[in-house]
Amino acid sequence: MRDVAIVAFGQSGTRRTSAEVSEVEMLMPVLHQVLGAVGLRAGEIDFTCSGSSDYLAGRAFSFTMALDGVGAWPPISESHVEMDGAWALYEAWVKLLTGEADTALVYSYGKSSPGDLPEVLTRQLDPYYVAPLWPDSVSLAALQAQALLDAGDTDERALAEVAARGRNAAADNPHAQVTGSAPPGALLDAPYLVRPLRRHDCPPIGDGAAAVVLAAGDTARRLCARPAWIRGMDHRIEPHGLGVRDLTRSPSTRLAATRAGAFEAPVDLAELHAPFTSQEIILRRELELDDAVRINPSGGAPAANPMMAAGLIRIGEAAAAIHRGDGDRALAHATSGPCLQQNLVAVLEGEAR
Amino acid sequence: MTPAPAPEVLKAPLVVEFPFTRSLGPVQSAFLTGLRERTVLGVRTAGGRVLVPPVEYDPDTAAELRDLVEVAPTGTVTTWAWNPAPRRGQPLSTPFAWALVRLDGADTALLHALDAPGPDAVRTGMRVRVRWAEEREGSITDIACFEPYDGPATQEPGPHDGVFADPVTGIVAPARLDYTYAPGRAQSRYLAALAGQKTVGERCPSCRKVYVPPRGACPTCGVATEEQVEVGPGGTVTTFCIVNIKARNLDIDVPYVYAHIALDGADLALHGRIGGIPYDQVRMGLRVTPVWTEGGRYPDHYRPTGEPDADYDTYKELL
Repeated sequence: MRDVAIVAFGQSGTRRTSAEVSEVEMLMPVLHQVLGAVGLRAGEIDFTCSGSSDYLAGRAFSFTMALDGVGAWPPISESHVEMDGAWALYEAWVKLLTGEADTALVYSYGKSSPGDLPEVLTRQLDPYYVAPLWPDSVSLAALQAQALLDAGDTDERALAEVAARGRNAAADNPHAQVTGSAPPGALLDAPYLVRPLRRHDCPPIGDGAAAVVLAAGDTARRLCARPAWIRGMDHRIEPHGLGVRDLTRSPSTRLAATRAGAFEAPVDLAELHAPFTSQEIILRRELELDDAVRINPSGGAPAANPMMAAGLIRIGEAAAAIHRGDGDRALAHATSGPCLQQNLVAVLEGEAR
Repeated sequence: MTPAPAPEVLKAPLVVEFPFTRSLGPVQSAFLTGLRERTVLGVRTAGGRVLVPPVEYDPDTAAELRDLVEVAPTGTVTTWAWNPAPRRGQPLSTPFAWALVRLDGADTALLHALDAPGPDAVRTGMRVRVRWAEEREGSITDIACFEPYDGPATQEPGPHDGVFADPVTGIVAPARLDYTYAPGRAQSRYLAALAGQKTVGERCPSCRKVYVPPRGACPTCGVATEEQVEVGPGGTVTTFCIVNIKARNLDIDVPYVYAHIALDGADLALHGRIGGIPYDQVRMGLRVTPVWTEGGRYPDHYRPTGEPDADYDTYKELL
């Protein structure tokens, strides 16, 4: 099989509102950043794949207008997923593995500020039995957190520690939306938002965009001093009925990680996409990550969680750490849907220095 | 040539509504019809698990499921969350608990609201029962909510043929989402100029094309268009169609002509209605100019200028 690597990563800042820019205006600087990093023009990229959802901003066919920022005319080889950009990355990776392309541009963006995100996300639920009840995304995450608390797998203080660690780590991340945190004990003085979740247990709602460039083999070596080679990647899904699942476990994450080769050797870094603090507890257990592994040095979703981009950002942050020499073998995870419904795991490596 | 000013950010309310009409599979139909008749049905898998709410296919094996079972309207909370501020569309308008409830006789849990006086009255493992909606039509909201219930199962699980008079075969699921729409820099500039009866496009710094209306990026070069260029007001019909179907909420008599119009100085044609000329006399090359109505923020339509028709070669690249 061909070797494929992430050779560039870029992201916008994540902000609560971005009313002054359209989606393409928000995205374009990020595209220019990653293409500039590898010295390629859009027309020199073999395949382009994006992830976004028109429901977020209520703007039909927004992804076609975002394509203007790529320079898609004359027509380019292009695809789109109505999912986080991590899944667009998966499609592009497969395309490169087939040998049909040597380079790919992957991007995603989410502009949640025009709508009421927890309400918008109800529209992705089972339309027969669940969506008519309009259960918002925070409430569904709270059901999962309570199940975890009932099982004795965590406590509210441990959840506060997850939030505080992420937001303090993000102090060095210029793209983060929320940085710095009160100590965990003080966080517990805040009222519940949806019991058992407090505000710090929930991700900030923000607008943002991210992009990566993929390249195969020698092209990757030419474009990047230390490519982040994708050693494996897989994505899996849980049954859609929340009441069918054991919400304290994530067998889909474990299976994806197994198939991505995550357990074949230890990782020194993990970027986990856990929008709610309780979900990090679940992911760490399924991925068998102990205290020796640096978790989310970027801050993770507690610091910034732009819809459709936050998963791709996890992979990009892990790749950028390898590019910089801050890690040699990294695990990156992305999730989508309620209560860790769908999960993607990628394993990235840098060559020996 | 004018460098683009920072525009005032335009915003407007945007409501997206879509009443989805969905057909039901046989298991869903039996379940939702059952709710209308105050009967809760589950479905048994080959492995012996009873799934409530029931699904058409086994989540473990994907096997088709048809073995219906009646379960009790009483059950046990498996997890819960306290919702202090109910939102539009949710089952109760006063604070309530979301709960996953495993009904007596079922092996999986159903999501719904639980009416309780406060979070301290709710716990995992508590007993609850269905509170039926007064008016039931065959939907998940025929269960108004759950309520605390201190007692044993009121119904032994048993087989059920799923047959009811007048079965429900579909649901209409109305959805409404409210947005505050903002069009961004380029389109805000365009709309602001248009309100002043000027049509202002933007030029690509790379290929020099002028886009009208501008969307902020040149789709050929993938770079921002930021140099404003006033175009028109005159333009040329490059192609057109005759509309014979009256659009809802549109007060225009049919037939009328909708056209692509290349404004003078623009490298892209925009759309507009042609008026002031019988529909069957509109032609490619017709020279037109915008007509603003009193207080209008954009042209109502375009009318002929009376100039000679444009030569085909002058607009053939803009078709």
